[in-house]
Amino acid sequence: MKLKSIAAGVALSLGASVISISAMAAETIKVGVLHSLSGTMAISETTLKDTVLMMVEEQNKKGGLLGKQLEAVVVDPASNWPLFAEKTRELLTKEEVDVIFGCWTSVSRKSALPVLEELNGLMFYPVQYEGEESSKNVFYTGAAPNQQAIPAVDYLANDLEVERWVLAGTDYVYPRTTNKILEAYLKSKGVAAEDIMINYTPFGHSDWQSIVSDIKKFGGEGKKTAVVSTINGDANVPFYKELGNQGISSEDIPVVAFSVGEEELSGLDTKPLVGHLAAWNYFQSVENDANTAFIKKWKAYTSEERVTNDPMEATYIGFNMWANAVTKAGTTDVDAVEQAMIGQETPNLTGGVAVMNKNHHLSKPVLIGEIQDNGQFEVVWETEGVVAGDAWSDFLPGSKNLVSDWTAPTKCGNYNTESKECIAAK
Amino acid sequence: MRRLFAILCCYVAASMVSVQAQEPVALTGDIQAAAMPETTPEKAPETVTSDSVETLLTKLTAVKLSKALPVLEKLETQGGAALLPMFKSMLAGDLYYIKSSKAVIAVVKADGKLTGRTVLGNQDLGVIEKKQIKKIRVNNKLRVFLRQAIARLQIGAPDAELRLLAVKTLLNSLNSDTVEILNSARASESDEDVRNMIDLALALHQSASPSSETRYAVVAVLADSLEKEARNKLAEIAEQDSDKKVRLAAAKALKKINERIEFYDFIDQLFFGLSLGSVLLLAAIGLAITFGVMGVINMAHGEMIMLGAYTTYVVQLMMPNAIEYSLWVAIPLAFVVSGLVGVMIERGVIRHLHGRPLETLLATFGISLILQQLVRSVFSPLNRQVASPEWLSGSLEINPVLSLTLNRLYILAFALLVFGLLLIILRKTSLGLNVRAVSQNRDMAKAMGIKTGWVDAMTFGLGSGIAGIAGVALSQLTNVGPNLGQAYIIDSFMVVVFGGVGNLWGTLVAAFSLGIANKFLEPVTGAVLASIFVLVFIILFIQKRPKGLFPQKGRAAE
Repeated sequence: MKLKSIAAGVALSLGASVISISAMAAETIKVGVLHSLSGTMAISETTLKDTVLMMVEEQNKKGGLLGKQLEAVVVDPASNWPLFAEKTRELLTKEEVDVIFGCWTSVSRKSALPVLEELNGLMFYPVQYEGEESSKNVFYTGAAPNQQAIPAVDYLANDLEVERWVLAGTDYVYPRTTNKILEAYLKSKGVAAEDIMINYTPFGHSDWQSIVSDIKKFGGEGKKTAVVSTINGDANVPFYKELGNQGISSEDIPVVAFSVGEEELSGLDTKPLVGHLAAWNYFQSVENDANTAFIKKWKAYTSEERVTNDPMEATYIGFNMWANAVTKAGTTDVDAVEQAMIGQETPNLTGGVAVMNKNHHLSKPVLIGEIQDNGQFEVVWETEGVVAGDAWSDFLPGSKNLVSDWTAPTKCGNYNTESKECIAAK
Repeated sequence: MRRLFAILCCYVAASMVSVQAQEPVALTGDIQAAAMPETTPEKAPETVTSDSVETLLTKLTAVKLSKALPVLEKLETQGGAALLPMFKSMLAGDLYYIKSSKAVIAVVKADGKLTGRTVLGNQDLGVIEKKQIKKIRVNNKLRVFLRQAIARLQIGAPDAELRLLAVKTLLNSLNSDTVEILNSARASESDEDVRNMIDLALALHQSASPSSETRYAVVAVLADSLEKEARNKLAEIAEQDSDKKVRLAAAKALKKINERIEFYDFIDQLFFGLSLGSVLLLAAIGLAITFGVMGVINMAHGEMIMLGAYTTYVVQLMMPNAIEYSLWVAIPLAFVVSGLVGVMIERGVIRHLHGRPLETLLATFGISLILQQLVRSVFSPLNRQVASPEWLSGSLEINPVLSLTLNRLYILAFALLVFGLLLIILRKTSLGLNVRAVSQNRDMAKAMGIKTGWVDAMTFGLGSGIAGIAGVALSQLTNVGPNLGQAYIIDSFMVVVFGGVGNLWGTLVAAFSLGIANKFLEPVTGAVLASIFVLVFIILFIQKRPKGLFPQKGRAAE
């Protein structure tokens, strides 16, 4: 009997809260958060959900936007790619959110994309990705390949005088596309085909013996060798361990990784990784007042031992730009905000200013850091100024002639400069 | 059995598809304290004038990372061998300075406390607080310099192994200075290996000599070495030398070296195969008992492995200052933990489903999900960091082209040991006798007064306990997370079915042959295709011989 009454009470209060939410809806601007809170991606994406919630709270303290309070609507697509499409639809039709911050993996973005375009939603995507995409309804605040992979290769070739290249990656779309771009780029720089070794492994690969031994042999042929790693997920841990065990140090064969950041390093034994490299647009260790303040806020919002990373900065930049664009447009209407977004400027956490370009990609600085034994990065190289994100790689034959320009009169994500027509319009 | 295997194969296929669909998973790991960014000193002296070692050391605390190299070079010429300990601790990342006095010290962490020593004079400074000191940072450029500086300074070390390492390091940076050092070192060198290495270095240096006689002699020296520098130099001479005689000699020597290397490569790959086989054996051997001997399809077997790995993690948490010995504690403990859970599963669930394999399969699958979620709730869904003891890292170098990693070597030995022990238990103990009796004819065994229920529980506990031990070994090779078991369950079933259900020797042969096949395929096909080929091969093999490599004979087989 008692149980029943408790259950009734819970149900009642639940109902009440639902009512109160819908009652509030009229006066608030709704911010959708589409990050996996369970499943394989939860580890990475939960951090971004917390970042958005922190930004929303802060914006509300400043008085909200257009005189209204912001309200975060969090859904859980559970690392299930088709569910990203369903949850996007739910956010846009049922919750009627004004903007979505979300997705991590490329496949989840590709899953949400048709829904966003159909319902004319607006999404900010904060993770480095393989490029070859530009949608009117998405702003890409993470790095395109020319903002991460290409500068990293340039650094290795120019500063470390690397002549042989191992492109090692996990077997799926991001590493394959990135390596295709890198291979074409290296060849255009005069690297011979026999000086490039490409290797793919399955997700969660743990037996790296023969691959590391192959890399060792490949690197032992007299020319300075480096590994460009798009290895993803926890497969990295046994990979670096095996490198250490087989006696390959970062001075002999440096590994530059595109998916290993502060969050990934925290809680790892970093001894075997010290001296290896990572390329990002942001490192927690960069000394800058804005960064110090951000880290302090983050630690206060979560807990002292949490770290910050590159996708968090991308979320931070995206959120600030969106807030400015809404203020500039005076409305949350997607088309107006989309146009107001282009040309928006907001300070980076690492200094300098990020600019939103006509192709919905950012101009950002590129940093290369060496892993230290405290799990942080020491910046060893950075680009002179900012690098404009390129939606369509110049090094792939299929996308060489394509540009993306969402301003009038082009208004096209894949405009072919040779045939002078918009492919999407055809 | 064939139908069950078909179900398993479906499961494999399904899990493969889902793996293909996965996307960048950030490296898992729990979050540890991350140091706040520290402020680098503003002052960056552009030039280094001739100073005393002390002022140079103070300078080192103030310069930017990119300007530190000239300071270190000066230090080497000024300080000489007295700075060897400082260079070594800098290379290891243990060099700090005291914030107040700018005194450079080496810091060692022992028993959770930091103790300092002065770098000049090696005075003990006692316990040091973390906040008093600041780290002197190094990058790859400095590390290369440090390594070579240490080699230059260590060429006169009393330990022959250190001298050998020093000469080897110098192979990469031969110039008139280093050659002079090597020449003078050779005169007083007593150890033959070191002398040979010095000869090799000198020969490498002389390869640019204008006299073709000298170059011919150089080729003869290089021909005996497996060092990669010698090989690369030979290849260069074989292609570019102006003298045809020298070119031919180099080409001949190179061919011989390559033949030797090919042989060692084969041994290398065989070792990789055996190592993968030993992992498969460890993972499958527990299953060979529960599935093979008892006939229970235990889908929660992988989770028993996972529990063993988590036991290692907990043991290391309990004894953070004795990581070296933690594995010895973890092995028996993991056996007990996984064994007890196994007994509980048998008593609580499997016993009631006796003779209904499909229901057992589903029930144990459910248990595996429950255990995974339990671990997620208790330890968080993030991977846990299990440290490797010092004696398990590094490799055993047999020659410059063949070195066997120690952790793999130990695990290979360990797998064989566990296998031997299990064999003895089943053959020589009364428990083993009972187990075999019950598995051959349950009713008859019962009639003879054997408590079959008790034997079932013990057998299942034994199989699970051994899975737990496998978990301890796997924690040294792979990530410890809630999904650890899932990665091995399929492989385990594959090994047991391929080897022949109920036959421990079959499991051994199957594990090693699958491991070796996989590793010999991998260089040709790539890692992804290699495992697919192995899977396809087993499916075809089972069609032809449904009972595996070593089928059980007699009435018990039915």
